[in-house]
Amino acid sequence: MALDDSKKTREFKVVGTRPDRPDGIDKVTGRARFGADMVAPGMLTGRVLRSPHAHARILRIDTSRAEALPGVKAVVTRADFGAVPAHVADIMENCLAGEKALYDGHAIAAVAAVSASVARQALRLIEVDYEVLPHVTDVDEAMKPDAPVLHEGRQQETVPPGMSGNVISRCEFGHGDIEAGLKQADRVIERTYRTAATHQGYIEPHACLATMTADGQGELWVCTQGHYMVRNTCAAILGMDQGRLRVTASEIGGGFGGKTTVFLEPVALMLARKSGRPVRMVMSRSEVLRATGPTASTSIDVRIGMTKEGRITAGFAELRFQGGAWPGSPVGMGAMSGFAPYDLENVKTVGWDVVTNRPKAAAYRAPGAPMAAFAIESAIDELAHGFGLDPLEVRLMNGADEGTKSSYGPTYPAIGLKATLEAAKSHPHWTAPLGKNQGRGVACGFWFNFGGDTSVSLSVTPDGTVTLTEGNPDIGGSRAAMTMMAAEELGIPYDQVRTVIADTGALGQNEVTHGSRVTFSVGLATIAAARAAKAEMCRRAARVWGIDPDAVEWEDGAARPAGPNAGKFPPMTIRDIAAIAPKTGGPISGHHEVMAEGAGVSFATHMVDVEVDPETGATKILRYTVFQDAGKAVHPSYVEGQFQGGAVQGIGWALNEEYIYGEDGILQNAGFLDYRIPVASDLPMIDTVILEIPNPGHPYGVRGVGETSIVPPLAAIANAVSAAAGVRMTQLPMSPPRVLAAIQAGG
Amino acid sequence: MSRIHVTTTINDDATEFLCEAEATLLDVLRDELGLTGTKEGCGTGDCGACSVTVDGRLVCSCLMLGAEAEGREIATIEGMAEGEDLHPLQKKFIEMAALQCGICTPGFLVAAKSLLERNPDPTEEDVRYWLAGNLCRCTGYDKIIRAVLETAADMRRAS
Repeated sequence: MALDDSKKTREFKVVGTRPDRPDGIDKVTGRARFGADMVAPGMLTGRVLRSPHAHARILRIDTSRAEALPGVKAVVTRADFGAVPAHVADIMENCLAGEKALYDGHAIAAVAAVSASVARQALRLIEVDYEVLPHVTDVDEAMKPDAPVLHEGRQQETVPPGMSGNVISRCEFGHGDIEAGLKQADRVIERTYRTAATHQGYIEPHACLATMTADGQGELWVCTQGHYMVRNTCAAILGMDQGRLRVTASEIGGGFGGKTTVFLEPVALMLARKSGRPVRMVMSRSEVLRATGPTASTSIDVRIGMTKEGRITAGFAELRFQGGAWPGSPVGMGAMSGFAPYDLENVKTVGWDVVTNRPKAAAYRAPGAPMAAFAIESAIDELAHGFGLDPLEVRLMNGADEGTKSSYGPTYPAIGLKATLEAAKSHPHWTAPLGKNQGRGVACGFWFNFGGDTSVSLSVTPDGTVTLTEGNPDIGGSRAAMTMMAAEELGIPYDQVRTVIADTGALGQNEVTHGSRVTFSVGLATIAAARAAKAEMCRRAARVWGIDPDAVEWEDGAARPAGPNAGKFPPMTIRDIAAIAPKTGGPISGHHEVMAEGAGVSFATHMVDVEVDPETGATKILRYTVFQDAGKAVHPSYVEGQFQGGAVQGIGWALNEEYIYGEDGILQNAGFLDYRIPVASDLPMIDTVILEIPNPGHPYGVRGVGETSIVPPLAAIANAVSAAAGVRMTQLPMSPPRVLAAIQAGG
Repeated sequence: MSRIHVTTTINDDATEFLCEAEATLLDVLRDELGLTGTKEGCGTGDCGACSVTVDGRLVCSCLMLGAEAEGREIATIEGMAEGEDLHPLQKKFIEMAALQCGICTPGFLVAAKSLLERNPDPTEEDVRYWLAGNLCRCTGYDKIIRAVLETAADMRRAS
């Protein structure tokens, strides 16, 4: 049978339509079960005691009074875990502090009790003696030679001698000769930009339910972006075989990267082991903000040279990211991505990974890229306006294309950057009139997109309907996308396929739902699994017809003789073949396991109009349009949703959101009242334009779309606010007091 | 610890429960009555994920004590569909992809239904301000606002 990938002008029947999502009814009726919605017989409530200090040595923990409280069934501290393997040592430290508390909110101990009120009471009975140490929460302060140092012996060889121990590593990317390039410029600007730490802000707090039997078999129900990762990490921390821990992913109430690691899960398992009872743990919102993954705060220097015609002759950026109390800020991805939209002869970025007394940074949608884009796209915009050039034309003139050697190394295949810029240029938004105190900004953004370990199984039921089993939590409609791709490939209706997200016992390793990988990678594997099932069904038909399997082809949900020479047989539908499967060789299924590659990079251009109130410094978003390449939009409504959601998270980051630490190193705004994410009344509709430049690495041309949409907004909004206010904004968030101060200083 | 006996009505069903004095209505709904469609996003009345109506008034159930439900009529997301028949807002949210992860969806639906009962012909601005107490981090609100406006238009045409 022929399985031809080369049909470039393929006509889709299901892909590209907008069917109802299969989990829709569960999610609009309250039936869908999220992390905190599960119960088990005899379940206890687990709670965590957290450090009230930004940096302190833990001298003594006495849990005896808590343990004596009636209703308390287990208390755990770090001492219960012993030594853990090196690759999970920092994760362990973050789940429960060892020798030192490293940030406000760092977990110190945990209890399991018969009720939440008993658990709360027990926490108050745990005595901890701290020796409070000097702390540092700002990235530039932490790099100073006299800054308080969090860890000894963590600095890598990439860091020159003499720097603070908080500077963990240095990275560098680029090509060409920066100084020579700058000499060719008509103007060189040098600016420093700063961005605040922001939180992913998922509405569902972390939650899990753990059980552990006396013979050491564990089960976890957990809201996570990757239950295989949870299994592997928890097994390593608890010293279990991975096969003895079965993890089921609940429905997940948002993640945006923040649920790609563990916080509660190993602690819940240990409480379950010690108490012999199931233990449910659910974080409060303040725990989520104090102790789970914000992104890095940053300080970035940029030097860019441009000719008066708009050609960028050299681009340099030095990025300093603090990623909280352990190494691993996303500075490397920031350094790789910032200049990625451009075709530059001379480009270089240097990144510094710095630790501070803040919660460990977790991935946040395109980790590292929005901050780098903010700095670089702001500088390009300032140069373009300085020469009186059209900022879209300048980006087109310098834009990367197929064959461009990227700023981070690889040479691009077919990419969509210029298509997004051309679409922006011809959109009515670009020429719409602006009023007083209003400004328009544009910016480009890039994201790598990832593939990774993927395992799926597709089975044909005896009645000829299909079950697709995959291992990536559905965080924004991916069940619909997988169902569509399976139906497309099999040539059967959408409602004949049901997609199930299986627990860790059902499939091989699946990489976390991150890196915009799922629609690409799981889609790729789904199509391959469907092809395997089709090939098997063609073999079954060939057997019935007594012809060679190569003389059978699959079309519109049925096996057919391939051409007149194959013989004259009526088509056998999937239902026909399924019905006689017991007589032709047994159950029919298709599997595919792959380390997916060829994800296809993604680009976007954003355009935004704002109005700045010169009396208050407050910014109103008036109009917003996203132009992004989706490769092929499988379900356009959910592609638009990704564009819109990323843009609005970017709006929050640009205008409001900020981790605010006091002089004491304590987080001052650990709640949704003071950590203010955008609400409906802050916003206009978010218009979207989907471009489709097929990804050569996917059979349908699909590219991931989830992350790129948060990359351009910080810069696009800064460019718009700067135009409206008449003064260049270089620090985020552009909150009213900051904008007002800039206007007053500039005027 | 002595518990309080409460007699109330939830989604038209006469209901009794015992609760601790400090338990919120949200705690009772989720932990005592198994009505986990009502979500806790913050516990401080800032996110609207726990929206229910009490005698027809939209409230955050995390800001009300369970004991205060005595003699009231409570409506939660579980009571919004009539058997198999989804409320027009529920249908429209699915049709227009007005949800991504779905954790905020019950709260938005309860709040939007409450709006349309008061104002069958809201402007976009009316919808945006009424729903400003419900946080959604996935959608950017665009498709939610459109779904509510379209549902209102459909319901006006149908009535």
